Amino acid sequence: MIWTAVLVASLGCFLLKLAGWSVPARWLERDRLQRAAVLLPVALLAALVVVQTFAADRALVLDARAAGLAVAAALVLLRAPFLLVVVAAAATAALVRAW
Amino acid sequence: MTLGLAVGAYGLSFGAAAVTAGLTTVQACVLSLLLFTGASQFALVGVLGAGGGAVAGVAGALLLGTRNTLYAVRLATLLPVRGPRRILAAQLTIDETTGMATSAPPGLAGTAFWATGLSVYVLWNLATLLGAVGAARLGDPAALGLDAAVPAAFLALLAPQVRARNTLAVAAAGALLAATAIPLTPPGVPVLLAGLAVVPLLARPRPPA
Repeated sequence: MIWTAVLVASLGCFLLKLAGWSVPARWLERDRLQRAAVLLPVALLAALVVVQTFAADRALVLDARAAGLAVAAALVLLRAPFLLVVVAAAATAALVRAW
Repeated sequence: MTLGLAVGAYGLSFGAAAVTAGLTTVQACVLSLLLFTGASQFALVGVLGAGGGAVAGVAGALLLGTRNTLYAVRLATLLPVRGPRRILAAQLTIDETTGMATSAPPGLAGTAFWATGLSVYVLWNLATLLGAVGAARLGDPAALGLDAAVPAAFLALLAPQVRARNTLAVAAAGALLAATAIPLTPPGVPVLLAGLAVVPLLARPRPPA
């Protein structure tokens, strides 16, 4: 099942890229379409943050991941580099669990 | 150089996240070779790791991949790419290459696109392999806090995109929709439902820039 998802997503995302190179530009120059493509990633990324931090199957939980995210948020506000944000979040969660 | 470091770090965390989510090292590497779009790859393994179905995972990856279509439209007006090279150009159409090509001085857009694309491709795949192999050897992902690294990565990706008020509102609405949907829907679905957060902004006429 994972392999199917890997291959279908790869093909789909490639076709999305190729479509932009191949269709006449005016087809995709509609204002709403442009805004949707800019805003969709924002909504989805925000949802992914919430799901990956607070979901345990179908329950909302507060665990070590939330502590990791809090540290990550502080570092993001300080404009820390990507790797530092990610490593600090993992280290925080690991420390909270080891406590 | 800075771009290279960022791509390397991002690739390392993707490889580690994929293995943490239950993918094999080979599957993580195939994703980086074939899918080659960071946010979509993270979304796919994030949803699969959270117990969401393949359909929800693929749908999330595709929705995040739609922006590459618009990048390609812009690039096609800048670069005259014909024939089979268009396949290669399409595969290299991502945030980084579009950014470099569109900000390059006139006449150098092509050079910027291909140089960035090829180096990011190589670096991204090497880093994925390293991250996946590393995470596979490190042992229990939860004890190392690797499950907390994934939302942190998403947050770091999101941050530069929410500097304006309307994007901040979309992010907040998406987060709220997802949180509401977690207890009510199967894993994977909350992320897709969050896409509805953009609807009110599309219905309104464009605010003056």
